[in-house]
Amino acid sequence: MGEFTLSLPISGKDVRKLKVGDVVYLTGVLVTARDRAHHRILRFLSEGKKLPVRMEEGVIYHCGPLARKEGSGWKIVSAGPTTSERVDAFLPQIIRALRVRAVVGKGGVRRKTAEAMREMRCVYLAFPGGCGALAAQRVKGVKRIYWSDLGLPEALWVLEVEDFGPLFVGIDTKGKNRYEEVKREAVRRLRSR
Amino acid sequence: MSPITQAQVERACFELLKSASTRLPPDVERALRRAFEEETSETGKMNLQAILENVRLAKRQCIPLCQDTGTPIFYFRIGTKADLRADLERAARKAVRDATRLGFLRPSIVHPITRENPGTNLGRGVPWVSYVPLREKDWVEVVLLLKGSGSENMSRFTVLDPALGVEGVKKFVLETVIAAGGKPCPPIIVGIGIGGTSDGAMNLAKLALLRPLGESHPDGSIARLERELMEAINETGIGPMGLGGKVTCIGVKVEYAYTHTASLPVGVNIQCWAARKASVRLRSEGRR
Ligand code: SF4
Repeated sequence: MGEFTLSLPISGKDVRKLKVGDVVYLTGVLVTARDRAHHRILRFLSEGKKLPVRMEEGVIYHCGPLARKEGSGWKIVSAGPTTSERVDAFLPQIIRALRVRAVVGKGGVRRKTAEAMREMRCVYLAFPGGCGALAAQRVKGVKRIYWSDLGLPEALWVLEVEDFGPLFVGIDTKGKNRYEEVKREAVRRLRSR
Repeated sequence: MSPITQAQVERACFELLKSASTRLPPDVERALRRAFEEETSETGKMNLQAILENVRLAKRQCIPLCQDTGTPIFYFRIGTKADLRADLERAARKAVRDATRLGFLRPSIVHPITRENPGTNLGRGVPWVSYVPLREKDWVEVVLLLKGSGSENMSRFTVLDPALGVEGVKKFVLETVIAAGGKPCPPIIVGIGIGGTSDGAMNLAKLALLRPLGESHPDGSIARLERELMEAINETGIGPMGLGGKVTCIGVKVEYAYTHTASLPVGVNIQCWAARKASVRLRSEGRR
């Protein structure tokens, strides 16, 4: 089990180093997106419209933060991951079109997305679910918020993070998928009960 | 004796929202510490360590444990002899509005079809409020559950063929837990309702989650079912966050009701590790 501290954007070389089971910490800028934002990203892509923030070769964080207004800006109070599977249907296309390097979330994704990840050299990173207070500690600031018309949790939050983690590599660029392995084993054990 | 007032109930509801969102009940925290001791997978242990660190941080800084502060669900248990002069639902709504404005709750509640978000966590049916009478008591107990959707979305209901019996129930619960995998943020607590009618079984499953973790069911055969299911769930190896490990579950709670001879309804309600529940007993002002 390796431990890596990477700065964002992640280079193609660095992302290939990551193996299932490794622990990663990220420093730099990432963008949050949930259900409605994924839907809109796809619409923008299909209409050839430019996204409000550069997401090419970036990291998408499945998260709807809880923030408090402080002066003219926002302070992130709690910002752990949300379930990735809900946006699974959108991900293969988004990963391919934007050449996304890493998806951060919880619970993993289905097979078609994992295939897109292998093809595009993208990894799935799991932040410990429910650890919103811990995640907020590693967020240094909110750079911008876009698409707040979707409701604050569903907006695109551009976050500046430092040593953001621990993140666990759940799916790597070779297509190894920890969630699938665990589930397959669980089903096997259930059958042999 | 003076009555229980509107202001008293409002204050109590607000305090419950604030404390439930920022600190874990002691029984749950204890169970998570034990889980950390028992876990042998390195990834699993690190995830549990992050959870414990998160619990400490949230408590110290008085900030929400998890950004999904869930759907607020209030149970008012009302003594039939309580002198109550308050509109309980109005008090709950005011407290939810205030707690949202002050950043203790994320505005997560939307219209089910249009998905419009009023930004207040208030809407038709939210907060969810239900009333239970308590015979002969002179107090009111307010119980709050903040139910996050990552785990609530994993709920399942079925009506089994009665011939399938307890083995059928176990199989359904295990299949539900495996299908949920890492999505409900394991280690989880599993609430199970057996019997009644369809809505009754789901309601029992949720009520089961309110029972303290250390305490098994007073009915011996149900207590045994709880123990056996807990063992079987942990044998799946799903582990913390679905990344593999020994500890998938820190509690199984079963409630039951008699049912029709043709039915065996089973409801499963999964609770994430962030089991945010709190309660307080209200008596007339000046009495404790
Ligand atoms: S399932 Fe529970 S712990 Fe996980 S993100 Fe949702 S509310 Fe938080």
